[in-house]
Amino acid sequence: MAQVTAEETTGLATIAKDWSSDVTTFKGVPWGKAMMWIFLLSDTFIFSMTVRATTAEAWPNASEVFSLTVFGQAVPLLLIAIMTFDLITSSGTMALAVNYGYRREKKKAIRFMYATAFFGAVFVGMQMFEWTKLIMEGVRPWGNPWGAPQFGSTFFMITGFHGLHVSAGVVYLIIIAGRIRKGRYDNTNFEIVEITGLYWHFVDLVWVFIFAFFYLW
Amino acid sequence: MSSEVGQQHPLNLYFWIWGLLFVVSAGSYATDYMDAGYLRWALILIFMFVKAGYIVAVFMHLKYERLALIYALLLPPGVIGLLVALMAWESNYTWLTRIVFFGEVVEPERLPLPGAH
Repeated sequence: MAQVTAEETTGLATIAKDWSSDVTTFKGVPWGKAMMWIFLLSDTFIFSMTVRATTAEAWPNASEVFSLTVFGQAVPLLLIAIMTFDLITSSGTMALAVNYGYRREKKKAIRFMYATAFFGAVFVGMQMFEWTKLIMEGVRPWGNPWGAPQFGSTFFMITGFHGLHVSAGVVYLIIIAGRIRKGRYDNTNFEIVEITGLYWHFVDLVWVFIFAFFYLW
Repeated sequence: MSSEVGQQHPLNLYFWIWGLLFVVSAGSYATDYMDAGYLRWALILIFMFVKAGYIVAVFMHLKYERLALIYALLLPPGVIGLLVALMAWESNYTWLTRIVFFGEVVEPERLPLPGAH
């Protein structure tokens, strides 16, 4: 092996070096984790496009629609805030699960994964409540009582796609936690918990942007 | 070997970031009580990026990965971000085409469009 100089192990030069070294590009990263990152990257594109749509729309009555759901009645905003904090809580429990996984403390990792799934399920429940309320107030994908019809389709598209991710994440967490309990990953480093965690943190991450661009803007 | 793969960090780090996320979220929520304007929009974006940064950097451990992975993951969304910024910049044009197609101005004074002066 050629001697590796300090210049080659740090800084921008490592990027070209890693990509062209004809071995695993992402060193020290389990294959499943790299693939989860790639999946999340493609998912980012999809979510970015929906956010892009909201910025290009600039519906004439945007602030009014939001004020109806936000200032007119205090409850919906409160609900969105609770949903936000609920999701952060689940992110924290997930981070702990990952940490305990790498410490090989299976029981604790599984427990925190179930806790994460629980908070995720609570989030989906609150979202169902929010949807029901808006639908009863007359919001439809093709129109709403307050103005620009695109508001409804954008709202259902963005929050629905995110809610679908949360629901899938809950199922994913329960499946993986069950597999860990059965001992399927005992011969590994428990990077599976981190891979699951990456997905879950991503779901929280997307909510950060939805909260900012859709609810607050 | 096993210590080479994976991410092992002290629990304290996670508790710190967890707490900070709550604080930043509270700040983000507080912007809703402000009047619309550049200060509010700026604060929304700042809180958003700080929160997203904490999640990606620490919870998703991206801060501790090698540059090859970091760049592979951050550059493409950066380009999308540029597109989003450009579309937001151009959104007045969308509004103008609406006037052209629907033939009337729908109370434009109701909303100061982002980027409108």
